[in-house]
Amino acid sequence: MLSKRQAKIFFLGGTIFFAVIFLALSVDSLLNGIPKNTNAHLLTEQVARGKYLWERNNCMGCHTIMGEGAYYAPELTRVYSRRGPDYIRTVLNFEGGWGPRGRKMVQYNFSDNEKEDIVAFFEWVNKMDLNGFPADPPLKQ
Amino acid sequence: MKFKSQKIAYYFFALSMLLLILQIVYGFIMGFAHMGYDVLHDFIPFNVAVTTHKNLLVVWLLSGFMGAAYYIIPDEADTELYSVPLALIQFVSFAIVGVVAVIGFHMHWWEGRKFLEIPRPLDWLVALNVILFLANILLTQIKGKKSSTTAWVLTMGLVFIALLYLPGMIYFENISVDSFLRWWVVHLWVEGVWELVMGGILSYLLIKLTGVDREVIEKWLYVIVGLTFLSGILGTGHHYYYTGGPNYWLMIGGIFSALEPVAFLGMTIFAVQMYRKGNKNHPNKLALFWTLSTAIVSFLGAGVLGLAHTLPAVNLYTHGTLVTAMHGHLAFWGAYASLVLAIISYSMPLMTGRKLFDTRNGNLAFWLSNIGMLCMTAAFGVAGVGQVYLERIVGLDFMVVAQELHVHFFVLILSATVFTVGILLYIIDFMKHGLPSEEALGTEESFEAVAG
Repeated sequence: MLSKRQAKIFFLGGTIFFAVIFLALSVDSLLNGIPKNTNAHLLTEQVARGKYLWERNNCMGCHTIMGEGAYYAPELTRVYSRRGPDYIRTVLNFEGGWGPRGRKMVQYNFSDNEKEDIVAFFEWVNKMDLNGFPADPPLKQ
Repeated sequence: MKFKSQKIAYYFFALSMLLLILQIVYGFIMGFAHMGYDVLHDFIPFNVAVTTHKNLLVVWLLSGFMGAAYYIIPDEADTELYSVPLALIQFVSFAIVGVVAVIGFHMHWWEGRKFLEIPRPLDWLVALNVILFLANILLTQIKGKKSSTTAWVLTMGLVFIALLYLPGMIYFENISVDSFLRWWVVHLWVEGVWELVMGGILSYLLIKLTGVDREVIEKWLYVIVGLTFLSGILGTGHHYYYTGGPNYWLMIGGIFSALEPVAFLGMTIFAVQMYRKGNKNHPNKLALFWTLSTAIVSFLGAGVLGLAHTLPAVNLYTHGTLVTAMHGHLAFWGAYASLVLAIISYSMPLMTGRKLFDTRNGNLAFWLSNIGMLCMTAAFGVAGVGQVYLERIVGLDFMVVAQELHVHFFVLILSATVFTVGILLYIIDFMKHGLPSEEALGTEESFEAVAG
């Protein structure tokens, strides 16, 4: 029968073993995989400013991006190719708040430069390789 | 209660109850918004409500864990807490940081990073606060006459909670890198070190409530936390499938997160077996109910419902939908909310001397909140599956689908009402206990005598 000491060794040994593997894979992901999949060389200062605005305004509090966020408003990973830059610019500062089918978005008051930063951010995200996400709907006519 | 310093736990538990109620209020705001009644949009838009709802959850659970540690550690170490004034300062500053954060969210003082929205200056205060807390707990352990596995597992869980908060405080320009390290905090918390806290508190409760030999319980505690890390660490990979990580995470995350239910199943079997082996005469039936329900509902919510959408081929379609909300609600409720309610139910009679062990309110609170939460989970599940089919499979527009889901949010709100009645009854019982009293010192022994 298992003794308490053996149980302790199982716990400590297993934890250390898997933590080391996890750290090694994480380092590889951060140094190689993510920069390649996200086209890190295309991440300009404008894109970084767009990302800052994305966080500063908690867009993730309603939308999702890369499938992450709240589930109240549309997924925006591919919004740049789905809607195009003009649509994005229009939605952001829409008078009275953008409200398709009754669900309201906060009305923002971005400057023209800020709008371009956000568009640049979406354009960059749009090009990411996300292992097939979002998938094309199989039954779409 | 063995030591008078244990009663410091009461303040943390009371704060937990207050924040829990607030959390529920924001949940209703979101439920109504999803149903088409976003009437508070101009004052509390959805992103404010969601941020407040999630952060209140984190803060009330952490407050509950801290309270649990202040109650358990002196008992296990067999000594008074190292410093009561330090604990009081820590409590007050913790409450202030929490309140400032919640008010700040309403003024859009936040970082839009799911679960880690607390702005950076407050992060530093949180870190400082947690250092005070950990110092007090560790110094108590060191000066203690006894040293137990249960206490050390709980303490190590709390130490790693603090350490793992740090990667979330670094700013990255690449949103994918940001997300990668954000899950180091969030996933390695809830599917990692929080389970050490859970294992520690559950062991303590089982030792007290069932009377089974400590050595037996603690041996299985090692096995269970071992299984947790064996699956949970590489299980982090299920957050890296579709967020820019390399594709080996599909396989690694898939395999190891499919093993995560094993750890939760282990927790369930452990608790139920200890209950069956043990002496069933402990008078505090409510504490026993909550202890067992924690072990069972966490398996359903975190284990089974997690497995339901964790495989990459499934997750490709469910990722970023209400299916996640289904899993999230029952997982947090079963594993952590119920756990905090269990330790409160166990410790309150011992701190106050009022033996509200098997009251009508307490029983109703247990059943209504659990049934309400199960129905909420079902409502989220139906809405989530509907969303996946209509939006991700058929390809309808997001908002067209959202309108079709209104009815499920009506069911959600009805279920949430049942849940809320349960929670209110729990809080009424909590308040009926009154304040901790030094007259309650030494009461534990007499309860154990009854149990024995």
